[in-house]
Amino acid sequence: MHYFIGNLGHLLVITAFVTSLLSAFAYWKATTQKEIEGKNSWLINARFAFVAHVLGVFGVVAVLFTIIYKHYFEYHYAYAHSSLHLPGQYMLSCYWEGQEGSFLLWMFWHAIIGLILIKTQKSWEAPTMVVFTLVQAFLASMILGVVIPGIDLKLGSSPFILLRDAMDDPIFKLQPDFIPKDGNGLNALLQNYWMVIHPPTLFLGYALTLPPFAFCIAGLWQKKYVEWVKPALPWSLLGGGILGLGILMGGYWAYETLNFGGYWNWDPVENAVYVPWLILIASIHTMITYKNSKTALKSSIILVIAVFLLLLYATFLVRSGILGDASVHAFTDLGLSGQLLIYLLFFTLGAIVLAIIRWKEIPSSEKEVSTYSREFWIFLGATTLCLMGFQVLLPTSIPVYNKIIEIFGGASNLAPPANQIEFYSKFQLWFGVAVALISGTGQFFWWKKIDKEKLKQEMLTPLLITLLLFAFTIAIAKVYNPAYLILTLAGLYLIVSNFKVLFTLAKLNPKLSGGAVAHIGIGMMLIGVMFSAGYSKVVSLNNTGMLISKELPTEFNRDNLLLFINEPRSMAGYDIEYRGERLEPRQKSGFISKNDVELTLDPFKVVALKDIIFQNEKLYNAKDTIEIFPENTFYEIELRRDGKLAASLFPRVQINPAMGGFIASPDIKRKFSRDLYTHVSLPMNREEEPEWGKLEEVKVKIGEEFFINSKYSTTLEEIRRVDEIEGVKLAAEDVAVQAMIKVQGEHEPYTVSPFFLIKNKSQVGRLPAEINDLGIKITLLNILPETNEFLLGINARQKDWVVIKALEKPLINVLWVGTFVLMIGFGMAMVRRFKE
Amino acid sequence: MKKSHILAIGVIAVAIVIIISTAGDASTYVNFEQAYQLASTGSSTQVHVVGQLPKDGAGQVVGIEKSTDNLSFSFLLLDDNNKEQKVFYNEPMPPDFLRSEKVVVIGNYQNSQFIAKKILLKCPSKYQEQKLNAGV
Repeated sequence: MHYFIGNLGHLLVITAFVTSLLSAFAYWKATTQKEIEGKNSWLINARFAFVAHVLGVFGVVAVLFTIIYKHYFEYHYAYAHSSLHLPGQYMLSCYWEGQEGSFLLWMFWHAIIGLILIKTQKSWEAPTMVVFTLVQAFLASMILGVVIPGIDLKLGSSPFILLRDAMDDPIFKLQPDFIPKDGNGLNALLQNYWMVIHPPTLFLGYALTLPPFAFCIAGLWQKKYVEWVKPALPWSLLGGGILGLGILMGGYWAYETLNFGGYWNWDPVENAVYVPWLILIASIHTMITYKNSKTALKSSIILVIAVFLLLLYATFLVRSGILGDASVHAFTDLGLSGQLLIYLLFFTLGAIVLAIIRWKEIPSSEKEVSTYSREFWIFLGATTLCLMGFQVLLPTSIPVYNKIIEIFGGASNLAPPANQIEFYSKFQLWFGVAVALISGTGQFFWWKKIDKEKLKQEMLTPLLITLLLFAFTIAIAKVYNPAYLILTLAGLYLIVSNFKVLFTLAKLNPKLSGGAVAHIGIGMMLIGVMFSAGYSKVVSLNNTGMLISKELPTEFNRDNLLLFINEPRSMAGYDIEYRGERLEPRQKSGFISKNDVELTLDPFKVVALKDIIFQNEKLYNAKDTIEIFPENTFYEIELRRDGKLAASLFPRVQINPAMGGFIASPDIKRKFSRDLYTHVSLPMNREEEPEWGKLEEVKVKIGEEFFINSKYSTTLEEIRRVDEIEGVKLAAEDVAVQAMIKVQGEHEPYTVSPFFLIKNKSQVGRLPAEINDLGIKITLLNILPETNEFLLGINARQKDWVVIKALEKPLINVLWVGTFVLMIGFGMAMVRRFKE
Repeated sequence: MKKSHILAIGVIAVAIVIIISTAGDASTYVNFEQAYQLASTGSSTQVHVVGQLPKDGAGQVVGIEKSTDNLSFSFLLLDDNNKEQKVFYNEPMPPDFLRSEKVVVIGNYQNSQFIAKKILLKCPSKYQEQKLNAGV
């Protein structure tokens, strides 16, 4: 039992909590002190406390990682989220599989950002850091795991809790020091590189919304109503980019790993973070307006505060268990819902009360904005983004309304819409159109002075180009749905008008073109989303005229393709052929045929029967021991066009008997114009004994060719006498022979050797040999010395098979490229604003 | 009228449309009896039913029937009124299904059978997980 490390971790959590409060208090004092001397000494104290806090947070992170990395299964966190066989890079993912670890990650980013603020924002340090340290205190309290004596109130859930304290298993009564040999392991779906980087990116995005909020609150508090915008804006831009990237990484993970064929499901958990992102984008726009023309200051204040509060609300939704009946992947309640609610209410009430007190003093411009001004269009765009967020927020919050009605003694049975995707898409599509039209048009007002006539001139060429591209696109892509037509048109318009701005700016001042680049990215994303979601089609149509199985539903029989091993079929213009089951080695990249290895007693290790070659590269020598992932099977599927190999796909299946089923992950053949998305929809059940057909006998001489199943050319090459069978020595009077039989399969020859044995001069034993890929079994039945012939018995069974489903996703890469372009745009804008 | 007023009216109008449509498209949490009555009036609205999986004395879930290919399955669900209903689900059994303490099925009655389109699981939090896994 390693008690020390857990106690150390717990102590560090408490240190981090206490020092954040101390630091908050000292920063408060430093802000409110009038004399410069007192101010400075409080500031020094506050910094000292904050550095101690940061060290505490880093320490907690290090201790928890040590516990996971060293497999201290006496700790619940290691037991519940890791296992001995978990590869190193996924040990990081253990952090965010549990709630405590993800709070920790969030605090970690805040700590780093806090240090940067202290270093760079001298004049803002004290008031902003009050907000920062208070947030940190709340977060630290979530993992405190301290019971307040007297009132028996448990504060936070510690990641350093021992297994025996977390579970009631009777073994701990008998053996208090019991340590399990292995952990429960990480959810297999999370063992993916996107799941290593998606949560840290997302939480960095979360953390980056704090600086703008802190600057805004500090501005209101210190009556610096206009000055806060300048330092806040670059952080908002960075946050907008990182949070957007984090959200899309999650979508990309879903696309690559889950088999629902999409990247966005409108699940409440996804919505909860989508809404603050929209509002964040709206706030960036109003802040830019304010910087350029001194309008929209009040809206900027409201939006910046709203972003942070919405993120707290998202945290509450996801972690309090309130979505339990509404979402597929919300965390379950750790008993923190009360604490989370206090966290949310503290900042909500604090920020709103402060804003109301100061409201009258905030300067605002009374002049009416002209329709032909940039400000008008930006404001219109920001309003649309807010409505877009509101439309998602309202239904996502249904479980909250029910709870509130319940608290007041009522009963509400309202549930979120049953078909989420359809419900949200029908609104968000039109909001997307509005955003594209507004931001496309808004770009023409880049230069302040423009009137009706000038506008017409400016718009003419882009409009013509848009229409031309539009005609071209619909002619090729055959879009007929009116809603999709309008979205395509709007997306193209957005791209073209921003290209115009981009070209003009490239000549004048390329540094200012971040906005145009970002908008082009958004236009591409809209078009990519529309095509990949609206025109996704099943290509694995069952064109054999035969049902896969009568027991399966009609839809399944229609949309899935049954592939027998080494028997080509045609699909989506390709010849498609299933080549067998493969394993993935742990240390090298590539795949190993299951036929080429032998299982060992350790499920994580296999031994190579021959040299392992993968795509002309030798991975292992015969007899090498190879470490594998036993729960994963990959199904090699070849796509050929005109006889040439176009792609080898390896969709994955994880068989998990404990979880009662299989989990299929796709493999994707990527072309720029479309992805071919293929996953296994029904694997063969290897647990079942195969049904062998009737035994067929053939008499052959050595060297004679014959055919099995009337298609596999077979030759009995040699008969040799042996002294041992599979390592067992034979007695002197026993006779054993081995037949060497070569069977030419579809792609390669197989050599098998059945044995024939006479024991104690009378007992006959036969050891048949099987060729898995061909589904045949050969037995040496008898030796006929009179005619110099040998009697072989052949059984056949149904060949190995797999059922797959394949979808075509047109232009999905436009979405991913658009995301990338958007990030570049954010990056350019951010660099410019940080330099200011 | 100032432009800002027109804008404000527009925003309010859109917001009202959103609220009305959300109320209209929202599903409901009901028990099996209510779901059955709803379906017998000819409505094909999808509803949410919250329930638990019935267990035998040894804590094993009873009433699970898998199709031979494991591609679909049916199970029994006890709703809040303790009415037991067989539920059909045209998908493989979701991971963690048998461990879940609460199951939400989204679907409707079709010819007196409850067909689930979607299943949400509520798994026990770690403090309620009583037994260590096998392989200890």
